[in-house]
Amino acid sequence: MTVGLVHYLVLSAILFSLGLYGVLAKRNAVIILMCVEIMLNAVNIALVAFSRYVTPLALTGHVFAIFVIAVAAAEAAVGIAIIITIYRNHKTISVDKFDLTKW
Amino acid sequence: MVFDIVFWILAIISIAAALAVIFLRDVFRAALALILLFLVIAGIYITLHADFLAVVQILVYVGAISILLIVGIMLTRDVHKGNPSGKFRIPAIIVGILLVITLTFTAINTKWTISDKPPVEKTPEIIGQMLFAEGGFLLPVEITAILLLTAVLGAIVLIREK
Repeated sequence: MTVGLVHYLVLSAILFSLGLYGVLAKRNAVIILMCVEIMLNAVNIALVAFSRYVTPLALTGHVFAIFVIAVAAAEAAVGIAIIITIYRNHKTISVDKFDLTKW
Repeated sequence: MVFDIVFWILAIISIAAALAVIFLRDVFRAALALILLFLVIAGIYITLHADFLAVVQILVYVGAISILLIVGIMLTRDVHKGNPSGKFRIPAIIVGILLVITLTFTAINTKWTISDKPPVEKTPEIIGQMLFAEGGFLLPVEITAILLLTAVLGAIVLIREK
């Protein structure tokens, strides 16, 4: 059975859903950030697979994936900074306790 | 076809690593599983003939982002008591399963127009032309530079001692 576009898309869907489960279910803020990275990587796999199988000469998917990686790097830096700031002020990184804006 | 076998191996390892990130009790080991996942995804890029992206993946994710996450884990280490699930565990499982079923169903039942041209051998040249040449993605590249500068400044302002 030759591996085609559908295989990569299904792999991407499985990884994205695992990341989504982690983002929704986990308490630890660092784990949630890690699961966001899993989701972004899953999207990148889908983009590159489309680029490989649908438009193999244009490589637009590769360029999009590069932009996604750049935004992911910025997101990780700011996310870790926010987590460390909250830890410094509240001595916790459990998202259950982040209810400062809750009425 | 050797890439088919490599794809199956990498796919199984990547799903196992993602499961390990979610279900391992030790947060530091979860971060190590995440690094394994990043490396495996670089391998998946190679099976897709995306050599430049594989190198970028290793440089940015394995080199930079994982170090950031591990520093974050180290600085907040004394509050970690395992890796427990919150109160949305059951709804999250349902949402995840529904999403993977929907996406898989759509991917299988759509008639994709597969091109039969062979993939290009050297991608960095074409990617560079698309990013920097006339009519390419030059404006988004410059906006990305501003975004990265803003992120660095924001992180410094957030972390700074009062």
